[in-house]
Amino acid sequence: MATKARGGRLFRNMNAKIAAIPMVLTALVVFVGGTIWTVVYSFTGSKLLPRLKFVGFDQYERLWESSRWLTSIGNIVLYGVFALVFTIAMGFLLAVLMDQKIRFEDTFRTIMLYPFALSFIVTGLVWQWILNPEFGIQGIVRRMGWESFTFDPLYNPDIVMFGLLIAGLWQGTGFVMCLMLAGLRGIDEDIWKAARVDGIPTWKTYLLIVVPMMRPVFITTLVIVASGIIKLYDLVVAQTSGGPGTASQVPAMYVYDYLFTAQNLGQGLAASTMMLLSVLIVLIPWAYLEFGGKKHG
Amino acid sequence: MADVSMAAMSGPRGAKPRKALSGRNIMLYGTLIVVSLYYILPLWVMVMTSLKGMPEVRIGNIFAPPVEITFQPWVKAWSEACTGLNCDGLSRGFWNSVVITVPSVIVSIIIASVNGYALINWRFKGSDIFFTILIFGSFIPYQVMLYPIVILLRELGIYGTLWGLVMVHTIFGMPILTLLFRNYFSSIPEELFKAARVDGAGFWGIYFRIMLPMSLPIFVVAIILQVTGIWNDFLFGVVYTKPELYPMTVQLNNIVNSVQGVKEYNVNMAATLLTGLVPLIVYFASGKLFVRGIAAGAVKG
Repeated sequence: MATKARGGRLFRNMNAKIAAIPMVLTALVVFVGGTIWTVVYSFTGSKLLPRLKFVGFDQYERLWESSRWLTSIGNIVLYGVFALVFTIAMGFLLAVLMDQKIRFEDTFRTIMLYPFALSFIVTGLVWQWILNPEFGIQGIVRRMGWESFTFDPLYNPDIVMFGLLIAGLWQGTGFVMCLMLAGLRGIDEDIWKAARVDGIPTWKTYLLIVVPMMRPVFITTLVIVASGIIKLYDLVVAQTSGGPGTASQVPAMYVYDYLFTAQNLGQGLAASTMMLLSVLIVLIPWAYLEFGGKKHG
Repeated sequence: MADVSMAAMSGPRGAKPRKALSGRNIMLYGTLIVVSLYYILPLWVMVMTSLKGMPEVRIGNIFAPPVEITFQPWVKAWSEACTGLNCDGLSRGFWNSVVITVPSVIVSIIIASVNGYALINWRFKGSDIFFTILIFGSFIPYQVMLYPIVILLRELGIYGTLWGLVMVHTIFGMPILTLLFRNYFSSIPEELFKAARVDGAGFWGIYFRIMLPMSLPIFVVAIILQVTGIWNDFLFGVVYTKPELYPMTVQLNNIVNSVQGVKEYNVNMAATLLTGLVPLIVYFASGKLFVRGIAAGAVKG
């Protein structure tokens, strides 16, 4: 669709090229350049300021020997597995319920989706209050007479990640439900008619016909949710500040602290490179499935 | 893929259910109502706690409505709550957020809409490659680019300033917004564009006189997406601004999670609610357009 203009090749379509400068700069300088910069400097011994003094894999060795980093990784894996399974399972089940030609569908959707409009800071602070052992759920149950009732996830290092999970699910499942509902509505009405004619029960139709047909929706959702989980930061800062102790530390927090407060740049950059690596592990198979083989996805 | 998000909004199809009180319906609506309670509960608790005095918070039940309604916590959260030595309340954070959000939304939308337009109607060699990089870039964790951007802003002399943060929001809003506009513009018939070309209109002429007037709905979607997204931002606010310019979310976190002093839970909840109010108003006022915005973010380009 290139326009026929006078002048040399470079000046053809000049206005469009000028207009695209911010995009080109963002793509090349920030996304590509910034990523390369981070990876390169993660191999240096930079402390307060970036210096090109290469130290090989020293930063990475130190990273994987740090107990705080190992805790962070353990936490994000635990949180990630549960968050992925629950958001997708709950999101799909809710979407199926919403797809039963119900009344007040808009009202239910509005209720389930409003947390998604709120920030993780607000989400974290509300749930910090609800899970407050003295005044929140635990306190209420105890005052009702069950004295030994214990439910204090935010103060118990063993289950603190589940306290975060309750808040994270509250914030995000509505969104996944909407994606799944869009997927369900995208399925041809004739499929349902055919299944009904063949006398296949509804649950079986969902499980054996609809779910496989919705594979692209599931994969897209999986990628979006997974890349969101790796970035998990604000929620933890607001709800637990990484505590009790270091029990709810996550990788993004480790990166932030080493880059901006501990003045150990090389270490922070090595940690962020590991985060990048984990995203690539999710992203590359997806890109391969989506765009590999066929020309245009 | 735009039709999928449209389908999500077209509501239920087919005949209405026949029996109102069948076992199936009781199960169905029962489950939905229980689930809805889980979603409503935190908002309810926030509102109730923020309307109680501290004595009542200490003895009472967080789910119970206040015996005596007081707006004192709201007043205190807005104009007296302390962060460190500053005791001028959340109002400062609110105005900071306004000052940050308005130019960020405007600049990011202008740039992304022109991008989308250039990508659809004025494709040049390599334009699709840059777009692909942009989309893949949106999956890179922000943490990877935090420090390089600090250097970039410092070189430009805008690190710690409002315009530095505006630039960061423009950069990170670009992938999703460009995708949004590109998909929308591609649905505008090409004949219109060609006719305007024949009539001698140029790049900007077509943009302002044809594309812009025809795309107002998608601009509204983009505004909704950006206002809520930028208002809710925490990380960029912490990293790229100075304490005087901290957005509301950062100040809220500092107020509630400060270690000094007696915890005033009612003031904390009033402050939390105040911070959530802007995105909530946008959400409830925009209705299905919000759904459309987030669905657009989910479909592949």
